[in-house]
Amino acid sequence: MVLQMTGIKKVFPGVVALDGVDFRLAPGEIHALMGENGAGKSTLIKVLTGVYDIDGGEIELGGEKVRFTGPLQAQQAGISTVYQEVNLCPNLSVAENIYIGREPRRFGRIQWSEMRKRAKRSLARLDLDIDVSAQLDSFSLAIQQMVAIARAVDLQAKVLILDEPTSSLDKDEVDQLFAIMHRLKDQNTAILFVSHFLDQVYEIADRMTVLRNGKLIGEYRTADLPQMQLVSKMIGKELEALEKIEEQTREVPVRGEPLIRATNLGRTGAIAPFDLTIHAGEVVGLAGLLGSGRTELARLLFGADRPDSGELTIDGKPARLSSPRDAMTKGIAFSSENRRTEGIIGELTVRENIILAMQAERGWTRPIPRRRQDELVDRYVKALQIRPADPERLVRDLSGGNQQKVLLARWLITEPRLLIIDEPTRGIDVGAKAEIQRLVAQLADGGMAVLFVSAELEEVLRLSHKIEVLRDRRLVEELTNGDDVDADRIMQTIAGGVTP
Amino acid sequence: MIDTTTPPTAGPKTRGSGRRIYRPNTRHIPVLATLALLIVMYSVGVYNYDGFGDTQVILNVFVDNAFLLVVAVGMTFVILTGGIDLSVGAVIALTTTVAATLLAAGWPPGVVLPLVLLIGTVIGLGMGSIIHFFKVEPFIATLAGMFLARGLSLLINRNSIPITDDFWTRMAQMRFRFDQGVFISLNVVIALIVVLIAALVLAWTRFGRNVYAIGGNADSALLMGLPVGRTRIAVYTLSGFCASLGGVLYSFYTSSGYSLHGQGLELDAIAAVVIGGVLLTGGSGYVLGTLLGVLVLGLIQTIITFQGDLNSWWTRIVVGILLFAFIVLQRLVTRKAR
Repeated sequence: MVLQMTGIKKVFPGVVALDGVDFRLAPGEIHALMGENGAGKSTLIKVLTGVYDIDGGEIELGGEKVRFTGPLQAQQAGISTVYQEVNLCPNLSVAENIYIGREPRRFGRIQWSEMRKRAKRSLARLDLDIDVSAQLDSFSLAIQQMVAIARAVDLQAKVLILDEPTSSLDKDEVDQLFAIMHRLKDQNTAILFVSHFLDQVYEIADRMTVLRNGKLIGEYRTADLPQMQLVSKMIGKELEALEKIEEQTREVPVRGEPLIRATNLGRTGAIAPFDLTIHAGEVVGLAGLLGSGRTELARLLFGADRPDSGELTIDGKPARLSSPRDAMTKGIAFSSENRRTEGIIGELTVRENIILAMQAERGWTRPIPRRRQDELVDRYVKALQIRPADPERLVRDLSGGNQQKVLLARWLITEPRLLIIDEPTRGIDVGAKAEIQRLVAQLADGGMAVLFVSAELEEVLRLSHKIEVLRDRRLVEELTNGDDVDADRIMQTIAGGVTP
Repeated sequence: MIDTTTPPTAGPKTRGSGRRIYRPNTRHIPVLATLALLIVMYSVGVYNYDGFGDTQVILNVFVDNAFLLVVAVGMTFVILTGGIDLSVGAVIALTTTVAATLLAAGWPPGVVLPLVLLIGTVIGLGMGSIIHFFKVEPFIATLAGMFLARGLSLLINRNSIPITDDFWTRMAQMRFRFDQGVFISLNVVIALIVVLIAALVLAWTRFGRNVYAIGGNADSALLMGLPVGRTRIAVYTLSGFCASLGGVLYSFYTSSGYSLHGQGLELDAIAAVVIGGVLLTGGSGYVLGTLLGVLVLGLIQTIITFQGDLNSWWTRIVVGILLFAFIVLQRLVTRKAR
């Protein structure tokens, strides 16, 4: 074993994040760390990379007991990490981001051309050919992620940690990454891999360790643990929930006057003019690749961007949305895809975050009485099963999935008539995903119209009554969900096989 | 040659990217804007006033602002990490006061000079350590440093102390003459050397690149295993050193030590850095820009002097307007880059 962690304990004020967890890693294996959000995966990784110190237990690296005082020590000991959120410096060049801290030098002077050459080579191994002297933030998130991977691989570590490296990569890029992982594995690197995509885990991992609520559930060989069993181990209960939704939502909702109707609505450079109707009680799914115009379409309906053509009617009456505030007063809510930067305010408590939109709608001069706040927040914390169920905890201490639920609660509390949710399940785990999906179905049953934006076709298919398919910033097809519609059919449209 | 005021420090000012640039890199736009502004101002001066075109006029801008340039170079490092140093003006006062007092007491200059440089450096080191170890906002920590240094110098002597020391006088009067009788003082040579070293350090050393990395994203820098704490402390120490060196140059320039020297100078230094195109949030900018920024400030004063009938406070007004303009420019440039 290159790495052996025994009885790791980590306590945060009020929470035991890791409770006696064992974890081991053999050279030349790809080991998946599995668990729901809040199970302790991120904490374990941060312990391993020296970001957190431990409150109990032992870490042995290469047979020696170690205790890291910071990321630098961990890196020097041979552990390199790619984090879920790209942790590089956006203002530096690509080459620098790969080599900073270990730039090739002669007489203390950085050798830029040598560094660029090496960076080029390092990226070429990932089949990436970009201008390495360009600034990092001039590239897309996916490329930035590849640069982060190139940096980690280039460190030639004994242990390579990949924390959700694939969430911003497309299929081809994932394949490339996997090829590299295989190559590293052959060179005897131990790889710790975290992903919410179970298929990917099964494709690449040799073994897996499952955590739940900060406790070790077990270590298994991938071949010995069927997918369904894994999921039930992660969640701690059987997964009937998902199947129930399937049956519920296939009923066609009541027709009549649509709640919202867009005619020829468009914005140059963002999305070509489109027609769209959404009825009360209807779930409309937006499918398409990243960058196909999904978010842009949603932003138009929320007044975040202004259309430069077409018109919008709400309840049959023409409406002009000049700002999100306008949209909110008309009963439209938008839960953003980017929960970190656009939605959640980490320094505020769960309660304050949830109350935010409602308070904004009322105006700041009429504060919501504290008792009413507590009541409302309590109800939603329960309904959405936000963990930990403490409204006074700072949101930044919550896991990703739970932050997403807080964001959702914020909008639900305003009782919108149309709820737009952009990628609510990205980067969160199966259990939380199922809960959010179930919730969306429930809301629609209760008469709310939902515009559901997601990159995952299965999810769109499972929930939507109607699916709008986007390609190249154009709405290309509208499908009424039924038995004849499946992922392949949508994929065809996205790929351009069927023209409307 | 001299009228564009571009010193030979231009070489390594870019990130060393070495990329052939046909379209200006967005990061260079603020510096280019400052350069353009400088050329326009100079042309306006030459066109409107007799004798403005003399080479000595532009050299005097260097002579009169050499100490500010040195201080601004230290400030550039601090601002590049996303911090700020409000103590530099007070450190200048302390340096000149201590130097003048000790020289008057008969201490040899060979002891006084290193000692005063050490004082500023230690103050910087202290502020940097407080900022890093106690997670204090740089604004607060250096504000405290400012009060401390100013208070100390007032405690030592509230009056202006003339410096009559031989060495000091010789340094103050040293001139480097070129043909046509134009000259620069020792201060200018020292300041330009400081600029050159700073530019080299920022572009070609790990320390320099770490400064940029911390300004770009300090959390990432930490996770990438960079010595964030050490770099941050070093940057304030460096700024403290530059401030006391600036103080020494100032005492050459004025031949006096006074506890009220350098009042508001920290703001001039910050203004010069910002006008020079360094992003106040950190991570972007060049020392060359700072040099141009100092020259802009100097040239404004020169123009107002040549105009003759303008109140010297117009300098402040113009600087204020320029600051606004450049901050808006930076905002636009960074927004476009996203």
